[in-house]
Amino acid sequence: MSTSRIAFNMANYSFLTIMCLLALFPFLNVLALSLSNKTAAAAGLVKLWPVDFTLSSYQFVFLRHEFFTALGITLERVLLGTALSMLISVLAAYPLSKEERAFPGRTLYAWAFVFTILFNGGLIPWYMTIKMTGILDSIWALVLPGAVQVFNCLLLLNFFRGLPKALEEAAFVDGASHWTTLGRIFVPLSAPVLATVTLFTVVGHWNSWFDGIVLMNSPSHYPLQSYLQTVVVKMNTSTFANIDPVQAKLLGEISDRTVKAAQIFMATLPVLCVYPFLQKYFMSGIVLGSVKE
Amino acid sequence: MLSHRWKRLLPLHLMLLPALALLLIYGYGPITGIVIAFQKFMPSKGMFGSPFIGLDNFKYVWNLPDTKQVLANTVIIALCKIVLNLIVPIVLALLLNEIRLKLFKRTVQTIIYLPYFLSWVLLGGILIDILSPSQGIVNDLLRAFGFKPVFFLGDPSWFRFTVVFTDLWKEAGFNTIVFLAAVTNANPSLYEAAVIDGANRWKQTLSITLPSMLPVIILLATLSLGNVLNAGFDQIFNLYSPQVYSSGDILDTFVYRIGLIDTQYGVATAVGLFKSVISCLFISVSYALAYRLAGYRIF
Repeated sequence: MSTSRIAFNMANYSFLTIMCLLALFPFLNVLALSLSNKTAAAAGLVKLWPVDFTLSSYQFVFLRHEFFTALGITLERVLLGTALSMLISVLAAYPLSKEERAFPGRTLYAWAFVFTILFNGGLIPWYMTIKMTGILDSIWALVLPGAVQVFNCLLLLNFFRGLPKALEEAAFVDGASHWTTLGRIFVPLSAPVLATVTLFTVVGHWNSWFDGIVLMNSPSHYPLQSYLQTVVVKMNTSTFANIDPVQAKLLGEISDRTVKAAQIFMATLPVLCVYPFLQKYFMSGIVLGSVKE
Repeated sequence: MLSHRWKRLLPLHLMLLPALALLLIYGYGPITGIVIAFQKFMPSKGMFGSPFIGLDNFKYVWNLPDTKQVLANTVIIALCKIVLNLIVPIVLALLLNEIRLKLFKRTVQTIIYLPYFLSWVLLGGILIDILSPSQGIVNDLLRAFGFKPVFFLGDPSWFRFTVVFTDLWKEAGFNTIVFLAAVTNANPSLYEAAVIDGANRWKQTLSITLPSMLPVIILLATLSLGNVLNAGFDQIFNLYSPQVYSSGDILDTFVYRIGLIDTQYGVATAVGLFKSVISCLFISVSYALAYRLAGYRIF
């Protein structure tokens, strides 16, 4: 290898390593803060490693029920919302993947779906509609309006299209109905794609915060990210209101800042844990939509 | 008495029913609510009882002192994001392509892709802490190097830069992986021929690697056109404050405050309608272009 190539390689590896550190250090800083004593945190001593290590911030969060109430609501919406959305999307993608000849009206239906991507009514009409259907302040407000993700339908539609026609024809000849063909043939063959779409739907529900804030009437009905929004971003000062003696003992070591850091990290943890194991699906999710052969 | 044809077609229509029903209610339903933009809307009277006032809401908003600035902020921030979210990932993909060590390459991809999966509530919370002028680690470092602390999220002249840069942090990983996937599709024999012809790595990159990425670059560029008015509500809502409205307030945050905080429903709907119409135009053009230039079909 030439010297210029070696030099380039060194610079390249260094640069990319710096990029990675840049991407990671905010998380490390927050993790370190959550495990540090409040005085050290306030003094600016905490960089990437905890100073005066203490688990009190986490203990405090565990003793307060708000975080876990919100977590429960998020889990509810993730399970209900993902199941509903996947079911509806798969059911819709199958007919849409047929050709106009085989399914007259298909193009009209497809345009009906796609039009909602092109144009929407805006925030206020959206809110008004949801209010008029009477689901405000219930789990359905978090699940129903977003249940039909047209992009997912399009993804599945295109994948179904790519399956060999012979399969469907053979099934038809054998007397299979559309339901059987979909359930017994198409769905099993689409397992990887379905897994990826399910994963992205789950992450979408997990990260959803705006609908919770707007559509739920009281903070005790907020899903996790909405609750965190009020605590971590809006500088809610009631973190230390209504403390019992057990929690009061921890106050010597924790501050608003360290408790926020602990909550942020706890909310990030599930994604961090799941991410390395499902790498394959996260990565394939990108290519699914964009790269066409 | 259903003919055989209908028996075959009925399940297909039935399968579409749930999705269509929900779309009709929550997708098309709000579109009928657009009439509010032309009314002096009173919640007690509802859509059918509120007086019709024509374009008055639009005139009112246009004459507000901040509206033009909000529009400018939206377009500037959105365009910066679109451009940088193409250029930076291209560079990263090209650099990653030169890495021979597979483990390093995969690790880098994994790490830069991670922030994409976190919400702006979490990222916002993290950023608010680390960018704090008094306690944040970034300003601590700046001070250590002799610079004065910068109020990244509170200084209007720094806010846009902070927004665009942190958005890159979150989103660049996604496009980088797309471009990297496209790069690996390049024909290896082209490189062999180039080496024989004496081309160095830089020349190879210019004449083989980049052109092989071109279709995907064009595709992503044209598709991103539709986002010209989407400056990133999630991000800005979680990072902004009244001090930076002058440079950071965008159409969506503007609509949110006017509509849900000030409850001026008619005015907020009017601004939302404006955004929807312009966005519709841009998205349609972007899909048409993507079809023409990259063969991309929606369905």
